[in-house]
Order: sequence, then C-alpha cells, then structure tokens
Amino acid sequence: MSEDAAGRVRAMVDTVYRSESRRVLATLIRLLGDFDLAEEALHDAFTAALERWPRDGVPANPRTWLVSAGRFKAIDGLRRRARFDASLREIADQLEADGSGPELDDAGVADDRLRLIFTCCHPALPPDAQVALTLREVCGLTTEEIARAYLTTPSTVAQRIVRAKAKIRDARIPYQLPSVAELPQRLDAVLHVIYLVFNEGYSASSGDSLVRVDLSTEAIRLGRLLVELLPEPEATGLLALMLLHESRRAARTGPAGELVLLDDQDRSRWNQEQIAEGQMLVERALASRRFGPYTLQAAIAAVHAEAASAAATDWAQIVGLYDVLLRADPSPVVELNRAAAVALRDGPAAGLALVEAILARGDLADYHLAHSARADLCRRLGRTADARASYERALALTRQEPERRFLERRLAELGS
Amino acid sequence: MRYLCLIYDEEKKMAAMAKPESDAFMGEYFAFTEGIRKSGHFLAGEALQPVHTATTVRVRNGKLSTTDGPFAETKEQLGGFYLINAKDLNDAVQVAAKIPSARFGSVEVRPIMEYDQA
Repeated sequence: MSEDAAGRVRAMVDTVYRSESRRVLATLIRLLGDFDLAEEALHDAFTAALERWPRDGVPANPRTWLVSAGRFKAIDGLRRRARFDASLREIADQLEADGSGPELDDAGVADDRLRLIFTCCHPALPPDAQVALTLREVCGLTTEEIARAYLTTPSTVAQRIVRAKAKIRDARIPYQLPSVAELPQRLDAVLHVIYLVFNEGYSASSGDSLVRVDLSTEAIRLGRLLVELLPEPEATGLLALMLLHESRRAARTGPAGELVLLDDQDRSRWNQEQIAEGQMLVERALASRRFGPYTLQAAIAAVHAEAASAAATDWAQIVGLYDVLLRADPSPVVELNRAAAVALRDGPAAGLALVEAILARGDLADYHLAHSARADLCRRLGRTADARASYERALALTRQEPERRFLERRLAELGS
Repeated sequence: MRYLCLIYDEEKKMAAMAKPESDAFMGEYFAFTEGIRKSGHFLAGEALQPVHTATTVRVRNGKLSTTDGPFAETKEQLGGFYLINAKDLNDAVQVAAKIPSARFGSVEVRPIMEYDQA
C-alpha cells in the first residue's frame, strides 16, 4: 500500500475512534465484566486495527470488528497471564463460552451505552466519582482534561476513578439497566450528574477557556445521548433546560468578563437556534404529563427566552410555573427565585417581603444570591443603607470572581 | 455474593415507642425475615441488646483494656444485622430497603470479603 493510502487508513481509524470508541468500550465492559480489562481491550483492538486495516482493508462493520478483536485480545491476554495465576484461566474459559453470540445490533449497543451511563452514575458511588467516571468512560475525556476542567490535579481525578472502579468490582455493582421500579430514582441520579457537569461549565465560564474542556458542551452532548437512548420526559426537560441556559452564554458576560444579569442582557446575542430547540423539547416534555422539576425549570427559561425584553416578560406565567415547581420540588432556592419573579410582577416591596421571610428562616443565610437579591430590591426601593449591608454580606460569601466584580460594581454605584 | 446489612436505629426513639406500635414494628421484622427466608436471601440475622450493654476491648502493648460502650457517641446505634446472599449490589439494596428500620434509621450494606475464591 502506498504512503498515501496508509495515511488515509490511519485517518479512517482516527475517525472510527472518535465515533465508535465509547460504543465499543460499553459493549466490551458487558462482555468482559470488568472496566480495566475492557479499556485495555479497547486499546488493543485499535492497535490491531492500525496494523491490519492498511493490509486487509477497512472491515464492512468496523464496530463489530473492534468488539471481536478486543474480546479476543482480552481472552488471549488472560490465558497468557494464567501461567502465573491459575484462576485467570477459568475466567478466560468462561468469557470464551459466554460471548459466542454477542448482541451487536444497534439496539444491543444502545443498551450497552445506557448500562455504562447507569453504572457510572450509580448512587452507591460518591458524587464526585460519578462525575469523574462519567466524563472518563462515557465522554472519553482524559484524566488530565477532567482535572483541568475541575481545577484539580490528575492524580486526584485518577484516584477517584480507581476507587469507583474498585467499588463497582468489589461490591459488585451490576452492569445492567435498572428495573422499571428502580428507574425513576436511578434516572434522577443520572440527570443530577449531567446537570452538575453543566453547571460547573456554566458558572466557571470565566476560566481560561482555551485550556479547559467545555463542560457545558459535554453535558449537552451527554443530555442528547440520554434522550436518544431513553426519551424519558425529565431527560428531555433537562436537555431543554441546558440548551436554554446555554443560549444566553454570549450575553452573560460583558467585554471585560463581567457578569451581566438576565434583565440587562443584550437579547440579540442569544442563540436563537438553541432557543428554538429548547422550546420544542420543553413542549414535548410538558405534553407527556409526566414531567418534573427539570422540565418546569426549562419552561421558566423558555418564557424568558420568548420575551423581547425584561419588561416584556410574562412574569405572571413565570410566578405560576414557580408555584408548580415549589409543589414538585420544594426548596428555599426555588422560593428565592419565585420571590424575584413576584418582585417583577407586583413590584420590589412585594418581592422584598418574601426574600426577607426566607432569610429570617435562616435557610439561605450563607447563600450569597439571597443577600444580593435583598440588596437589589432595597436599592430599587431607595433603601441605600440596607442595600449596602446586603451587597457587602453577599460579597463576603461569594467565591466566584465575576460575581465578586459584579457586586463590587453595584456597591460603587450606590455611592457613599 | 454475601452482604452484611448493618442496621442503625435511634435507640431512644425505639425505646420510646408505645407497646402497640413496637409490637407492630416487631411484626414487620418477623414478616420481613420470613420473606427473605422464602426468597433465599437469608443467611443469618440477629437483633442486638442496647448499646449500654456494649463493651469495647483493645489490646495495646500486650495489655488488655476494656471500656464501656462503643468508642464514639452517635445519634444512631448498631441495633442488629442480617447476613444475606444476593446476586449483586442492586439486589442487596432492594433487600436492605425492605428492612423495617430503613424507614427510620439506616442500613449499611457491606460486601463480605471472600478469601478463598478457587
């Protein structure tokens, strides 16, 4: 084969790696029953492809070829190591006997991908390990990329992943789809992981975006994959919510990286394509009549998205949606957001009464956004001293640089 | 695979239960135990006497020391256990979720270390 043709095959292997490696891995984990063995097998399968495809040509179905090659290499490897550890021979024999007819049709592979997602997000694993394992195994990010995205060290991330895999193996967390009875709780765990990843990316938009993997984009990709594999209403609702938030990304920060609040954003900079898709998904989720908190939050974001300006927003509808959300998923943060919507529907005094009642209960005493909400309403009511005290409290509590700059600017605007 | 389900309860609350209430609770335990015997999960299970009867034993530098109670005061105390046979962790969690105390206290599910696999 000419240099040129060899180069083309190598490029082809790269393309197949990008599009198929996660699918192949998901199936290999099922066939081999072990994450580490499957990862090794995946690596060996692609190494074999680089050797063989230039010589024999690219197979008609690369995915099936890779799964078979990976499985064969793993069994072969176990046999060789069995010379030193006799128990491995039994495992190798078992694997050979089991996997004679692996399901490799599209439905079988889709189930494997879901098995992988549900296993990585198993509630018996600690939350930070669920996130790391999902980004590593499902999204295919490297340990270094995950570490950079979370501003931590690769060894910390690697340790989380190693421990999670050890728990999967030692406590025997099964590689299977949840039963119908378990599904709601297990799906919640998956949605929570995806939303955590999204929020990390969304609120950390001030970081050095050139070197940080974009976690919001990864979360949206995960959300799309989940909806494709398991079109449950809340999965659809979460994808809609992420798209609608993401649509405002360009408008959320000013030229100097400062935070721009929703009301002050230049709405012409909102991404209309993401808004249209988000709205379509919200409607689909709402029509199911089995929606929950993610769909309701997405519906609220959709109302904002269709308003030409903050003043033109249908605040009555937003307050109504918050009422439903509070019944579905009561939380002081939702109450706070509802209070902010009430302030825009009925005026700052009405909103302030609600915010102060929430603060008086002590639930959100350490939540910087509760204090900045109070500050903002006091400012609008001309209660400058109260506004100053609350901005200062918020400033003491916030840990995000853009928020800090925003609050400092507001404090300066109050004058002395 | 074998799992140990360690049952943690608030002893004070359990002790404060009225007679009909605690009888009903014991009834639930009998029914649960019967259920997991039938399903083949049950290997062993016992309830423990209250924590004030506990003694902690240590040997340091060859010297025996016995002290009263467990080493740390906690809100919930170990009150009993089941040793079960389950297919995997999901199966074990489904069993543990049906232990009556899971509704009030908590159940820690731990796989048993199997030393001789050959």
